Parts: sequence; C-alpha cells; structure tokens
Amino acid sequence: MTFKKPSVLPGFNLSLGYTLFYLGLIVLLPLSALVYKTAGLEWADFWSTVSDPRVVASYRLTFGASFIAALLNLVFGLLVAWVLVRYSFPGKRLIDAMVDLPFALPTAVAGIALATLYAPNGWIGKHFAEDGLIGELLGKEIKLAFTPLGIVIALIFISLPFVVRTVQPVLEDLEIELEEAASSLGASRWQIFSRVILPTIWPALLTGFALAFARAIGEYGSVVFIAGNMPMESEITPLLIISKLEQFDYLGATAIAVVMLAASFAMLLVINLLQWWTAKRLGRRT
Amino acid sequence: MSTKPRRSGITDETPWVKWLLTGTALTFIGLFLLVPLVSVFAEALNKGWELYLAALVDDDALSAIKLTLVTAAIAIPLNLTFGVAAAWAIAKFDFKGKSLLVTLIDLPFSVSPVVAGLVYVLLFGSHGWFGPWLEENDIKIIFAVPGIVLATLFVTFPFVARELIPLMEAQGSDEEQAAMVLGASGWQTFWRVTLPNIKWGLLYGVILANARAMGEFGAVSVVSGHIRGMTNTIPLHVEILYNEYNFVGAFACASILALLALVTLALKSWVEWKAERDTEAARAAANAE
Repeated sequence: MTFKKPSVLPGFNLSLGYTLFYLGLIVLLPLSALVYKTAGLEWADFWSTVSDPRVVASYRLTFGASFIAALLNLVFGLLVAWVLVRYSFPGKRLIDAMVDLPFALPTAVAGIALATLYAPNGWIGKHFAEDGLIGELLGKEIKLAFTPLGIVIALIFISLPFVVRTVQPVLEDLEIELEEAASSLGASRWQIFSRVILPTIWPALLTGFALAFARAIGEYGSVVFIAGNMPMESEITPLLIISKLEQFDYLGATAIAVVMLAASFAMLLVINLLQWWTAKRLGRRT
Repeated sequence: MSTKPRRSGITDETPWVKWLLTGTALTFIGLFLLVPLVSVFAEALNKGWELYLAALVDDDALSAIKLTLVTAAIAIPLNLTFGVAAAWAIAKFDFKGKSLLVTLIDLPFSVSPVVAGLVYVLLFGSHGWFGPWLEENDIKIIFAVPGIVLATLFVTFPFVARELIPLMEAQGSDEEQAAMVLGASGWQTFWRVTLPNIKWGLLYGVILANARAMGEFGAVSVVSGHIRGMTNTIPLHVEILYNEYNFVGAFACASILALLALVTLALKSWVEWKAERDTEAARAAANAE
C-alpha cells in the first residue's frame, strides 16, 4: 500500500505539510523539550523529587478531589441530561445553553466568584458557619472555602458540562420502542431504566466521567483562589509546579510536570478506548 | 437540540418523580452555575456604578484589556488557518497515520495549562534551549508578549480543527470533485464550494477558541511574569487585584470576562440554530428533487 490513496483534489502536500510543521512548532517541539530536560536528570534525583511527601500529598489531593468531583458530575450530569432530553419546562433552552458556561467563563473568574461565595461570610458559605442555617443544624461549623472541600466545589464547576454533553446525544437517540416493549412485558419504570436505558448509555457516561476527571486533574485557575494552598493539606499538583518555578527550581518543576503529563496521556488513552467502545455499542444497536 | 414527541404515557415517569428530578437538576444548575455567574456582577457593582467604571478605565486595566485583545487577534487567525489546513488534509484524503495525527492535534486539550506554560519556559526561558541565544540577540519571549501569545496558541490549538474534521468528513468530497471536473481551480473550489459548506462549523470553532484565548489563566500565568501595564492579560489583572483585596476592581474586570462568556454562549446557540436550519433546508431541497 502506498502512503496516500490517489485523489483528484489538490492541496494534499501543502495542507499536510503545513499541518505537520505547525503541529511540530507549537505542540511537539515544546513537549519534547520537557521530556529532554527530564532525560538529563539522574533517576535517583527524579524519583526523590516526585516521591517527596509534599508532592505525594498533592497527587493524593489532586486525583482524589478530581475523582469525587467527576463522580458527583456523573450522577448530576446524567440527571441534568435526562431532564433536558425527556421533560419540558419553561426556560429549558436557556438552561441547556447555560450548561456550557464553565467552558466559556474564564477559570480565574470562576475561581474568585466561588472563593467569595463559599468563604465563611459569602452568600453560600455563611449558611455553613457556626451561626448559619446548616451550621446550627449540624451543631458545628463546616469550612468550605480554603479547604479540600472548596477544591472539590471548584472542580465540580469546571467539569460539569462533560457528562451532560456526552450523555445528552445518546439519550436523544435512544429508541423509545425498546422502552415500550419492556413496559408491555411488565417491567417497572425503574427496571426499564436500570436494565434497558443504563446499559445503553453506560459507555457515554463513563466517557463523560473520564473527560471530566482528565480536565479536573490539570485544572489550576479556578482552584487556586478557593484552595487555601497549604502544603500537605490543600495544595494541588499544578500549583506545586508553579511554586517550584517561582523558586527557579526548573528541574523540580519539570519532574513533576512529567508525572502530570504521563497521567494526561494515560487519560487520553482511556478516553480514546471509551469512545471506541461507545461507537461500537451504539453502532451495534442501530 | 430537538425533542421527539413522546407518544404514550407508558414510557413516562409519574408526575411527582418528574417534578422531583427536574427540581433537583435545576437546583444543581442554579447553585453551581447561576449563582456564581450572578455573584460576579453583584460583587462588581457592590459599591456602586462609579467605582465599577473607575476600575475599568484604570490604566493598568485598559492595558490588560488591550493585551488580551492583541493576543486573541494574533492567536485566533493562526489557529484558524491551521485548523482549515489540517481538516482539508485529514478529511479530504486518505493516508497512513491519520488517526495518530488526529490524536496529536487533540493533545493540547489533555495537557494541564500549567504544563503548557512550563514547556515554553523550558524552551525560551533564560535556562532554556534557546535562552542563551535569545539573550545574545536581545529577544524576550518569556515574561513578554510573545510568550503569552505562544501559550495562548498552545491552549487554543485544537478548537477549529476538531470542529472541522468531523464536519468535513461527514460532507465527503463529492462536491469538490464535481467542481474540479467542471474546471474550477483548487482555490476556487475551496472558496466557492468548501468554505460555504463549513462556515458555521468554522465560526463555532472560532467562537470557542476566542473565549479560551481571552480567558486563559494557567498557561499564561506561567509565562507572563505579571508585569503590571506590560504583560498582564485581563485574567491575570483580576488575580492581582483580588490578591490585593481590591475586590470591586477584581470583580469589575472579571465582569467583562463574564460578559464575554455570555456573548460566547449566545453566539454559540445562534450558530447551532443556523447550522441546524441550513441542514434541514438542504435536506428539504434534496427531498424535493
């Protein structure tokens, strides 16, 4: 087989050449600088940097908070997609458009807004203070901003659209006949949901979850304002990279960045597999 | 998006389940999306219009706005050209290694913005590959405007390409082939046949890329150096004001970005609606023949 199938259309060499040149210049060359720089590190130095207790605590926080946020979005994202596809209510189109707000709103804006809202004197945070509504109910103060809980809140915000937007089209294309058949065979509404609908949308749900998780682990802008940024406690990995850079510890920053990059690549692989699975699952049904 | 008419009650939930689900979903959206959005404007106008406007016409704020606009004005056309070229090569031709190329184009979306900024520091910073050479020739990239543009190029890299590739693949190349057979040149075919077909997808990608370019924080923050009036974009200016406890100023500048987000969402919905209408019109025309 030759490299390219023949075609009457022109411009293949020009467009592919430019694509490869630009991709190399903007993406591949810079990323290879990262790998090259790490290759210059002794293995022992690299390992002691990336397994430092403070760094490990930041991984645990970053991945843990991202996992919780993505999990909550899995549940609520499915709920929002379900309501948008199945029910009608006033302002539905507006709500549908609003779901993409986290893609459009700059992360720094989301960050300061959430930090202010969930601070102990903020619109939402004050209800969780000792003399607040929920604080009194529980008999103690719950700190949201400047704790790991605040990080989870910020990550819920920025990864909210992913599950909704991956599940919504699949729900729309769901064949109503299957549900009618199940219903006429005596299945309850819950049985239909768990045995007919859920298995069909499961790959899309997992894809949305993985996309949300992948976005959350790299997130910086919306988190730093609400996080508190205490070492060992509320310091996320991207922030650690920035503090290393500010101390001119380029090798330290690079080593941690390589770990993050490896995590990103692993997630990219998982997402590609999930998307392939989704396509296969849906293709078989139609 | 369209809602299919539902035929019968047997595949419906009981009304109270419907209300409960809708109510929970709306509360979630309200709490996590609407309240933060509203709070930006409320905090910005907290001390009245005069202070709000004063915060916006401040010299540093104006230079941040200018830098943000300049950055987007450079980054978007470059990534637009790339997106069209990449989509043409990938969607109109069959060649080896295509899916690898598509994955590589999507790569910047999976890289943390902080890492995206860092890689340019490693290339062009004073300790970087090209650092000594740049210093000798008195060129500044890191902690200067070129670095900000490069970081923005990286984070907005895939937007246009990933809109256009599936769109152009779905459209196929029959129309282009017909134009070529009838004697049109390559460029004529592109301008008169391809471009009108992909204009909505193109615009969609540009709108999303623009929102990201103007709002990027993490990547730009690493390469900017935060020099007031020089290398601060609006998001970085917001951060500085916020950390100085100048909340009205911070939220005033943030409110410009929030407005940008609302305009982005409105334009995006409009483009979706237009594209849907065009597709329906084309289908109706095809059926009439």
